[in-house]
Amino acid sequence: MAEGRLHVGIGNPLRRDDGVGPWVAQRLNQTGLRARIWQADGAGLIDLFDTEAALVLIDATRSGAPPGTLTRFDAMATPLPRPLFHNSTHEFGLAEVVEIARRLGRLPARLEVIGIEGADFTPGKGLSTTVRETARRLVSALREAT
Amino acid sequence: MTERKITVNALARVEGEGALNVRIRGGEVEIVEFRIFEPPRFFEGLLQGRDATEAPDITSRICGICPVAYITSASQAVEQAYGVEITPEIAALRRLIYCGEWIQSHVLHAAMLHAPDFLGLHDVIAISELEPELVTTALRLKKLGNDLMEAIGGRAVHPINTRVGGFFKAPDSAEIAALLPELEWGIAAAREMALRFARFDFPEDAGDYIFVALVHPEHYPIETGRIATSTELDIPVDAFHAHFMEEQVARSMALHGRMRDGSAYIVGPLARYALNRARLSETAKQTAGECGLAEVERNPFKSILVRMVEVQYACEEALRLARAYVPPDPPSMPLSPRAGVGQGCSEAPRGICHHRYEIDDAGRIVTATIVPPTSQNQPQIEADLERVIRSSLALDDAALQWRCEQVIRNYDPCISCATHFLKLSVERG
Repeated sequence: MAEGRLHVGIGNPLRRDDGVGPWVAQRLNQTGLRARIWQADGAGLIDLFDTEAALVLIDATRSGAPPGTLTRFDAMATPLPRPLFHNSTHEFGLAEVVEIARRLGRLPARLEVIGIEGADFTPGKGLSTTVRETARRLVSALREAT
Repeated sequence: MTERKITVNALARVEGEGALNVRIRGGEVEIVEFRIFEPPRFFEGLLQGRDATEAPDITSRICGICPVAYITSASQAVEQAYGVEITPEIAALRRLIYCGEWIQSHVLHAAMLHAPDFLGLHDVIAISELEPELVTTALRLKKLGNDLMEAIGGRAVHPINTRVGGFFKAPDSAEIAALLPELEWGIAAAREMALRFARFDFPEDAGDYIFVALVHPEHYPIETGRIATSTELDIPVDAFHAHFMEEQVARSMALHGRMRDGSAYIVGPLARYALNRARLSETAKQTAGECGLAEVERNPFKSILVRMVEVQYACEEALRLARAYVPPDPPSMPLSPRAGVGQGCSEAPRGICHHRYEIDDAGRIVTATIVPPTSQNQPQIEADLERVIRSSLALDDAALQWRCEQVIRNYDPCISCATHFLKLSVERG
């Protein structure tokens, strides 16, 4: 098992606010925290659960909440609400992966899932203002927590 | 007169956004509409004016599940236009990466999206509670397919090492050899999963299908072949548009594929198996037999079994190709742009994916026509729905809706692929 918790930013930076997870991961990386970007097949995340003791997953949400709304889940204690973490290829989103892993006994020892509500998921680069503001605050909070 | 309506506004466990409308009046099925409302994506328009060598990378973005199908068909089309013959080593590597795509795509659909229909469960999360070993095996098989695509293509989703003429870089022999033990495991795992699924309770059904698939004299078709039908048509890939057409219908953002005489037809696992069973390995044929598949299987609900037989075969093929792997040298063929028309066709997991490009003398695409499998299957999906509804009228509305959704998922429809194009006409005063 690797040392220290790993932050994983999930999403596609070419779909504006969908890239908020990668945006956060990149900045955490620059400050020396363990962080990586995940843009591959969602089902593959389960392999990370096998090798990491503590994970923080950061993903964009699209629930109708005000843009920039931050939701933090201790995934060890609460099931992930599927409508919140559902955007993915072929019906296999983050909620599916976490809930399958829970039932297969393959969750890591600690797993936090952080969602940031996006405003704009159209093709293009760059985060909208409110989303970037929340992402900045999250980066500071995660740095302080380490 | 009693009227029953079945409306599914957003189909679950399919790729993309689709809906279903059914109206039954006095025991007669009046309306069956498989509606695709995923927005159009204009890929054929995007290709115009682009260099033909960009076609594989651009069209692979049509689908995150079957990018290799687009890469392969597009590459073949441009190679045909440029008069390029690839070496046997490049051809073998193309087939190998395509095996990876079949494995991951088929397992995702069969075990995670389609199996819940037969188990009366809402989704794969529920399966992981009841049959955790099944889901564990499915995840491992899917990873095997992804690993194969990554080893050759650089990454599993939208590979980057592929190009017109071959590959940018030949994978190291050691990387390919590292996959051998897992491929050996995969053969047995896929067979076990097929036999497990064979114990499902399949609705009785038989479609009067025109099967359309690639055929090849030596192999079960994956990356190349001629186009054949169960009505005795056997044509080269570049005769496709002389025998098949696409038409626009108001209810769908995706064009509907038909034979030139207007007949619906079916592409995908049932069609491939019907026309190519003899080319399967003996072991895959044995699994098919033990699963209870007929030599020509007409029950669309059993497509899940054919998918798993094809996963077993793809693992066997990948093992054979990986053992015989010789890094292609050079990894790709030289290209000389010239004006012309090129066409390519390969067997995406969901059926034939046909590309046609008209290219100018500077190597730029003038026109592009891409016919993906789900477009072709739409008329047959509606015909299946009508037939199955007629024989299932005794079911209550909830059960009938479940059955209808199951009929659609029999096709593993990829709605995002199907909506790659919409004819847009603008009238200006």
